[in-house]
Amino acid sequence: MAEVTLKGVTKRYGNVIAVKDVDLQIGDGEFLVLVGPSGCGKSTTLRMVAGLEEISAGDLFIDGRRVNDMHPKDRDIAMVFQSYALYPHMSVRQNMSFGLKMRGIKKAEIEKRVGEAADILGLDDLLARKPKELSGGQRQRVAMGRAIVRKPKVFLFDEPLSNLDAKLRVQMRAEIARLHRRLDATILYVTHDQVEAMTLADRIAVMADGLSQQVGAPLEVFEHPVNRFVAGFIGSPAMNFLPVQLDDAGKLNGNGFCLTLGEQQAELVRGKSGPMELGLRPNHLRLDPAGQIQATVEVVEPLGAETFLRLRQADTILTVRLSAQQEIKAGQELRLHLDLQFAHLFDGKSGQTLF
Amino acid sequence: MNRSGRPQRIITHVFLILFTAMVLFPVAKVFQIAFQDRQSFDMRLSVLPDLDHLTLDNFSHVVGRSKTEGFGAEEKQTWVFGHQLFNSLVVSLATTLLGVFFATSAAYAFSRFRFPGRRAGLLGFLVIQMFPGTMMMIPLYILMDHLGLLDRLLGLILVYSTTAIPFCVWMLKGYFDTIPKELEESALIDGASRLRIFWSIMLPLARPAIAVTALFSFMTAWNEYILAQTFMTEEIATTLPVMLNGFVSKTTVEWGHFAAGAILVSIPVMALFFVLQRHLVAGLTAGSVKG
Ligand SMILES: Nc1ncnc2c1ncn2[C@@H]1O[C@H](COP(=O)(O)OP(=O)(O)OP(=O)(O)O)[C@@H](O)[C@H]1O
Ligand SMILES: [Mg+2]
Repeated sequence: MAEVTLKGVTKRYGNVIAVKDVDLQIGDGEFLVLVGPSGCGKSTTLRMVAGLEEISAGDLFIDGRRVNDMHPKDRDIAMVFQSYALYPHMSVRQNMSFGLKMRGIKKAEIEKRVGEAADILGLDDLLARKPKELSGGQRQRVAMGRAIVRKPKVFLFDEPLSNLDAKLRVQMRAEIARLHRRLDATILYVTHDQVEAMTLADRIAVMADGLSQQVGAPLEVFEHPVNRFVAGFIGSPAMNFLPVQLDDAGKLNGNGFCLTLGEQQAELVRGKSGPMELGLRPNHLRLDPAGQIQATVEVVEPLGAETFLRLRQADTILTVRLSAQQEIKAGQELRLHLDLQFAHLFDGKSGQTLF
Repeated sequence: MNRSGRPQRIITHVFLILFTAMVLFPVAKVFQIAFQDRQSFDMRLSVLPDLDHLTLDNFSHVVGRSKTEGFGAEEKQTWVFGHQLFNSLVVSLATTLLGVFFATSAAYAFSRFRFPGRRAGLLGFLVIQMFPGTMMMIPLYILMDHLGLLDRLLGLILVYSTTAIPFCVWMLKGYFDTIPKELEESALIDGASRLRIFWSIMLPLARPAIAVTALFSFMTAWNEYILAQTFMTEEIATTLPVMLNGFVSKTTVEWGHFAAGAILVSIPVMALFFVLQRHLVAGLTAGSVKG
């Protein structure tokens, strides 16, 4: 097991900067999830750690050693690809033994480790099969088995679940969590699925446009996003944003409503003014005949245990989570109460969190 | 197909049968001539053997071709057919080995690495393909003469492999391009060297393309006549296509020998095809990527 440290790591492809000045520290035995929208540079970051991409600038340390120029095979890492990348002409057993054989490990030891991994992953009956004779979930497991048998310092996962259907994804997610507890391994895990990130991670690192936005424990990032992007990205359904203007009296003027901030919050934004965005999670909006704002129901999404309403307020769409089923129809006009004590306020220009 | 009407089906089949017959007729004719004891070519439409004239003499004549040299005690029998068969086999197999070896390694580099001259190299190979080998006969002859390779099998092997390789490189490069890059990256992380990846991952997956390449190289060498005729001045140094041409002279054509020889010469190619056929399967990379 080992620590991984990225210091100012940058990747340039010609004029394109795919990853910009990323600082990241993954502790020994930690499960760090790198999450962000498509194209933000997650895979590139992971591939630089793996040694599959050259690092344009910055330093990468594994276990305290600078490994920028070290060959992938010497970094003692294992990687699970989004596409699994199983060797199609080899059986499951050969797929899992290949890495060990390359490292000159003794036959008996290989047998033992493959047996163990097959046991953990429930692959015992499939060892003789070829990848094409496996289901998607089984292939995914073989890909993980191939990583496990190596007992590497660091595991790298690049969206390992994104090719699976929803149900299997939930199941494999639980399996990966179990595996982490069992192996106690250092894991860097890439995904664009924030549910995966929240449920698996010890800490998550949110990326956007090649930049690391925030690193922290899942709930910390959820509750204290550093900027509007993180606030909008983490949480499902996403946070609601209302454009507002802060005036000198500490009032938030929106399109058709005016809100008064509590004393504490007003203190935090004293002296600031101009365009801002008010952020509220869907469970912090309530239906209330005496609510501060009025909105029109556009869509009702009953999910059984809970219902989501999509409402239009001026130019913005708001999502409200209702825990109970209620008789609401599209087109209805409703008043909403905003729980301002849970609200966030973001600078309109920079997107920085003000509170 | 099933939905089209009966008349249309009949017409389709009449056409198909007609074309099949047209394609098969010459082949059948060759067989007919080969097994009969005349050296003439008859214009009959029938390809059925004439039972009164059935014989294997043509084959034994072709296979038994020898020549005698010297006189008296120094007299020496040389089995010409044996020499030519040996030459053909050596040249073709060596061309195949050289062709496949160089084509796979070159194609892998062209497919996976970005190096200066890559585009020019690929384009060059394509352009070279456009010149028929015969066009280069005279320069090649001079070159071979200077290198002392005339009348030597090595000369033919070199010439044939260089003509076969460009096509093989293109064909294999195209195939390598379809093999997902992640497989190699995965192997790289698993600790395999480049050579190891090439040998254990790429080559097994490229089997169908390699089979085609091998067959192509073999046939390039096996069927070639003009260069062999030009570069090999001694009869026992030539290859089988040259022998076949020997049955045709300005005044006469020994049709029976020629047909028997043609059948004999095509046997190894067919054999090789059957051996390689089981490698010509699609979907070798199935199951490697995606769910
Ligand atoms: N070889 C390349 N040449 C030029 N640009 C590249 C190259 N590879 C990646 N990029 C760019 O770098 C950026 C980051 O790509 P990357 O694959 O890391 O995204 P990602 O976060 O993994 O996205 P996804 O979730 O879709 O997999 C993208 O904008 C991409 O277009
Ligand atoms: Mg990616």
